[in-house]
Amino acid sequence: MENIIHEFLRAQKELIHILHKVQAYYGYIPAEAISCISEYLKITESEIFGVLTFYRAFSLEPRGKNLVTVCLGTACHVRGGVQIAEELERKLDVKVGQITADRKFSLETVNCLGCCAIGPVVVVNGNYHSRVTLKKIDEILQECQTSQ
Amino acid sequence: MKKLTHPSYLTEWKKRILAKRPSYQKIIVVSSGTCGQASGSLQIIQTLNQELEKRDLQGTVGMEVTGCHGFCEMEPNLIIYPEGVFYTKLETKDIPKVIEETVLGDKIIPSLVYQDPKTGQRFNHQKEIPFYQKQMRLLTENNFRVDPTKIEDYIVLDGYQALTKALFDMTSSEVISEIGTSGLRGRGGAGFLTGKKWEICHKTNSGQKYIICNADEGDPGAYMDRSLLEGNPHSVIEGMIIGAYAIGASEGFIYVRMEYPLAVKHVTLALEQARNCGLLGKSILGSEFHFDIHIVEGAGAFVSGEETALMASIEGRRAFPRQRPPFPAQEGLWGKPTNINNVETWANVPLIINRGAAWYSSFGTEKSKGTKIFSLVGKINNTGLVEVPMGITLREIIYDIGGGIKNNKKFKAVQTGGPSGGCLPSEMLDLAIDYDTLTKAGSIMGSGGMIVMDEETCMVDVARYFLKFTQEESCGKCVPCRVGTRQMAEILTRITQGQGEEGDIEKLEELALTVKVCSLCGLGQTAPNPVLTTIRYFRDEYEAHIREKNCPALVCKDLIAYYIEPEKCVGCLLCLKECPVEAISGERKKVHVIDQQKCLKCGACFEICPPKVRAVSKFTGKKRSGLFKKIEPERARK
Repeated sequence: MENIIHEFLRAQKELIHILHKVQAYYGYIPAEAISCISEYLKITESEIFGVLTFYRAFSLEPRGKNLVTVCLGTACHVRGGVQIAEELERKLDVKVGQITADRKFSLETVNCLGCCAIGPVVVVNGNYHSRVTLKKIDEILQECQTSQ
Repeated sequence: MKKLTHPSYLTEWKKRILAKRPSYQKIIVVSSGTCGQASGSLQIIQTLNQELEKRDLQGTVGMEVTGCHGFCEMEPNLIIYPEGVFYTKLETKDIPKVIEETVLGDKIIPSLVYQDPKTGQRFNHQKEIPFYQKQMRLLTENNFRVDPTKIEDYIVLDGYQALTKALFDMTSSEVISEIGTSGLRGRGGAGFLTGKKWEICHKTNSGQKYIICNADEGDPGAYMDRSLLEGNPHSVIEGMIIGAYAIGASEGFIYVRMEYPLAVKHVTLALEQARNCGLLGKSILGSEFHFDIHIVEGAGAFVSGEETALMASIEGRRAFPRQRPPFPAQEGLWGKPTNINNVETWANVPLIINRGAAWYSSFGTEKSKGTKIFSLVGKINNTGLVEVPMGITLREIIYDIGGGIKNNKKFKAVQTGGPSGGCLPSEMLDLAIDYDTLTKAGSIMGSGGMIVMDEETCMVDVARYFLKFTQEESCGKCVPCRVGTRQMAEILTRITQGQGEEGDIEKLEELALTVKVCSLCGLGQTAPNPVLTTIRYFRDEYEAHIREKNCPALVCKDLIAYYIEPEKCVGCLLCLKECPVEAISGERKKVHVIDQQKCLKCGACFEICPPKVRAVSKFTGKKRSGLFKKIEPERARK
């Protein structure tokens, strides 16, 4: 934790940068990190908590091993993105924003990835899948299982 | 890299780069923006490299990997120069053939060229395709020529010449007046005159000033800023340096959404290159002007696109907007005068300085000059980014460039301006679009999203979608937006669930007006637009939902039912196997039946039923309730 923080200046403007770094490193923001940042930047813990819960990028809980993100931007919406998200909810037996019991999958949605021409889009661990249909979902989930 | 400490070094550098360039007989250009990569361009590039190596062609055939070419529907695609042969929707197995026949044999492969979905006509060359022909690509043309990871490519195209001109031949006031007379207006949505904005900031007295590039392109359905940053980052950076010189700023920020990882990567790289060359930092090109740019990654909040919220976010706080005035030009980042412009606006700046305000203002309408990039998406044949002069009609964009509606369906509406905009019906197709005509029609230009909807799109559902979006993204600081968007979203959800009541439409209109007038920032002030325009142009659809519990577009789940038509069903078991909840019963070669009680309405059966059979249909309104009546007595008998 110390190592992550010390490359930054002691200024409030670095807060979001630091949170990004911590989130990338641990996969979430651990409680100890908050007190650590608070001490370093001289900002109260409550303010840090306020900032990190304001933005969607940060989570207070660890994510699943595989991150499945469904785009629900307008173009994906009119092309059936919602059905894709619902089907994934059924297949993984979780609601959007949750983690499967075996901690293998996190299911999340995003407002727009800017690949509107090839929607509906599903991103699995950073890999983009374009023109997803209900039929393709099994294939996409299978890919994660085998890649482990 | 040696630092460029004199403007003439730039021209010399260009000469050196050109002299070193191998003279290839053919150059293959592969588009590889985010859309391209999602469609498999990386594999195409890999195969191309292998094939060229295998045939020992690396000395004679060049390859260039560029950003997005705009024709996203046809990804992955490539162009072979000098002829400009355009191959679309490629697979890796096509590559050996492409090299064999076209690169070496100069023969066109008909199955790979673009085919017009309507007429069936094939076009061999990129320039001939109607999608490109009607466009005026002032900003996006260089996306064909620039490898965004190489500053040399930008230099060769006279990159940073506008900067040289501004720094050494013009005073800061002259730069501002040039931008002012060009008539350039902010491309982020509101359309404020850029020259005017700069002038206000320029005149404010302060030892420290900032400029910001707003790349928090949050509007779902718009992605031109991503394309510019990914495909030609130096054009934005050059625009910013010129702006900083004009205003007198010494520090700049590019605030990019975290959802655009490739844009972040390319901009970070471009900034580093510019710094190494002496185009950023102390004494730019040997002048007395010092300026540097930092990149700030967003953290996933739509409201940070609002300028005051964006500044709060850069300062490391929650992205809360604040009251204006004071405007950022007077009191912005850390209380200092700050000028914020959108990515597309910055990219226009070098163009105007290079070619003059008179040239620029010859395009467009009386009050909206130049070109605008729109992202043409939704139920349209040629999805992609299109750059057109202001004043073009919606019909030209949708039918001539966009190639009309997918699957020959009927056009219903076009949504412009994202969650802040509105839906325009077919009567508006001949509207010549610019900032003012769109506002008059109840929508806005916004960042340029253009989502085309056909007869299978439910307008009430679209309004609900946008309101749910703005309700979730409302930061919660002011009451009208926080509570108002929630109430509107709830009413709309009720209507789509078949629980609408008489008077709901009026209630929506009243709420919309309150939210519009009383909200603190642009998010709330424009959030009601999708509701107001859909009520204005598609009131009958609202009434059908409320009075007849009927969704004419067959979209709203609670108002439709799936039904297998006995006379069409061939009993192939496909839908039966696909149904996730086993709601379909039947045997091979016998008619299948959907249990309406069990059915989730996921649409899997509808999607899998072979197009030749098409036995699954959707019912709404009376037809739907008839379905339940017919089934219920049978169930009772059992």
